[in-house]
Amino acid sequence: MSSGARTLYDKLWEAHLVETRPDGTSLLYIDRHLVHEVTSPQAFEGLRLADRPLRRPEAILAVIDHNISTQNRTDGSFEETSRLQVEALVENVQAFQVPYIPLLDDRQGIVHVIGPEQGFTLPGSTVVCGDSHTSTHGAFGALAFGIGTSEVEHVFATQTLPQRHSKNMRVRFEGTLPEGLGAKDLALFLIGQIGTAGGTGHVIEFAGAAVRALSMESRMTLCNMSIEAGARAGLVAPDETTFAYVAGRPMAPAGPLWEQALASWRGLPTDEGARFDQEYTFDVSGLAPQVTWGTNPEAVVDITGRVPDPGAAGDPAKQEAMRLALAYMGLQPGTPMEEVPVQVVFIGSCTNGRIEDMRAAARVAKGRKVAPGVRALVVPGSGLVKRQAEAEGLDRVFLEAGFEWRLPGCSMCLGMNDDRLEPGERSASTSNRNFEGRQGRGGRTHLVSPEMAAAAAVMGHFTDVRRLLEVQ
Amino acid sequence: MKPFTTLTGTAAPLLRANIDTDLLIPKQFLKTIVRTGLGRHLFFELRYDDQGRERPDFILNRPNFRQAVILLGGPNFGCGSSREHAPWALLDFGIRCVIAPSFADIFYNNCFSNGILPITLPMAAVEDLATEGLLTVDLPAQTVSGGGRSYRFELEPARKTTLVEGLDAIGVSLASLPAIEAYEAKRAQATPWL
Repeated sequence: MSSGARTLYDKLWEAHLVETRPDGTSLLYIDRHLVHEVTSPQAFEGLRLADRPLRRPEAILAVIDHNISTQNRTDGSFEETSRLQVEALVENVQAFQVPYIPLLDDRQGIVHVIGPEQGFTLPGSTVVCGDSHTSTHGAFGALAFGIGTSEVEHVFATQTLPQRHSKNMRVRFEGTLPEGLGAKDLALFLIGQIGTAGGTGHVIEFAGAAVRALSMESRMTLCNMSIEAGARAGLVAPDETTFAYVAGRPMAPAGPLWEQALASWRGLPTDEGARFDQEYTFDVSGLAPQVTWGTNPEAVVDITGRVPDPGAAGDPAKQEAMRLALAYMGLQPGTPMEEVPVQVVFIGSCTNGRIEDMRAAARVAKGRKVAPGVRALVVPGSGLVKRQAEAEGLDRVFLEAGFEWRLPGCSMCLGMNDDRLEPGERSASTSNRNFEGRQGRGGRTHLVSPEMAAAAAVMGHFTDVRRLLEVQ
Repeated sequence: MKPFTTLTGTAAPLLRANIDTDLLIPKQFLKTIVRTGLGRHLFFELRYDDQGRERPDFILNRPNFRQAVILLGGPNFGCGSSREHAPWALLDFGIRCVIAPSFADIFYNNCFSNGILPITLPMAAVEDLATEGLLTVDLPAQTVSGGGRSYRFELEPARKTTLVEGLDAIGVSLASLPAIEAYEAKRAQATPWL
């Protein structure tokens, strides 16, 4: 592996290898560690109990995002248990001298939005966080993956993690993504093709003309969802698009260091002839907007399609799983997806809470009204996204159309704050998981792109957004 | 960490595919700042009705399975969120072994951090082991047996050692401190912007 053509993943792995132990496990060095309030308190407590120091506080960036209100930021807005976690994080970052973005700072936001925004996420680095959507940062050509709280403690104490080398998978999206479609559609389409465990044991490198054409924010959306295909991580090779995004960010290298970094990053892309354990190629020129119908992200169809019939699935276990999912979702086989009504629309999350997502949704919302009986939330991914959107007048577009314009946070993606679905409520959501109860007990989540979510909001049911875009 | 050698007890079958960590423990129980006490919230949505009463037909509420120490699951067990609250809830309930055809990556790692043994066996074997009798897991011998059946399972040697010896993973990595320091010195030269 150390000689010959190497993949991007192989290069990242080898550059971070501290040692390989006789038992075959490898100790990998961790450059960047994002920390939030929900998965860190027990890790800090573990350090205290074992009387261990935190090895490199400067490798950490901490922020509160998961369980806070997106309606107001005054003290009274927390549920008591949320307040405990928020206070624990504030105490811990002080006690351990960890860099922290305060709750009332404009830079506060979802960990996976602020890391890239601040230039904390860099090509060629290793990035971890006690959150599965850490895969987002792979968009920069960084090896980024989610970890458990014990591993958070492990990184605190050692700046390393014992790891096993994953297999290499390459997914090529060729052709040109049609108007009205985005990276979310690519991600959902892929998971529909390879399944929620299709990437298990692999690191997926996304390649091909349609990926090269994506902006950094879209690449983040794509890599974000690679965990929903079961992958260890997602990757996009860094290129001029990447470098242009990173340049000038507060924590990015500057001056001679920038030139040195750039030279190093240019060597990261997969070598010609490197071997992948698994390869897929899809031409996406004819792709339709995607919408999920079931209770995991592989249960996805084209918006022009219908709720599938379990009877048509070959395997009896699969049939039974589909019946359970349809019962939970309250859907009848054969129903056209465009006839499925929604009551709630959620636009935001680490998947689709960046400025381009706001713009894409606003483009559809502009001059239209949220349909009667629909509650529609727009939750920017960070304070900086919010500020930028307001500078562009997007908040006015949303408010005039009848959307709520919220403060940044994870919000209804996982409903740890007060933004939840009621039992039986159906959402069009730009988040990443449609699991049972994810957005609230008995809630029925359909995953879509920001454009498709906005279209559902103004029509009151799922709608092929391409039609709305044509009439504008 | 408590060493894991052999385990004998009831195995509760919950053979659906894609049992995600939201299902293992929903969001409202992630606001804790300790690792203990989550067992009563395990499988909360499946286990309790809207009034918080036990659903009598759910497997872990049935008299024979209330003391289960092993869980039998379907493919892609533990997918989704990285929340370690999921293995914490299993452990607090009393489950120390999960047997399934495949596991999601982060959950699999989290099990080893908590002394839980995840065993990978083909679906047919998992179904075959779904008996109301007792199962015995012998980790040193890498076998699961009970009711006249016996299956051998594969496990990476390093993972096995971690569990059998109840190793403190952080302590093990700290023993490599000289290598970590050497790496950091090299790194400061090669990639000073990091």
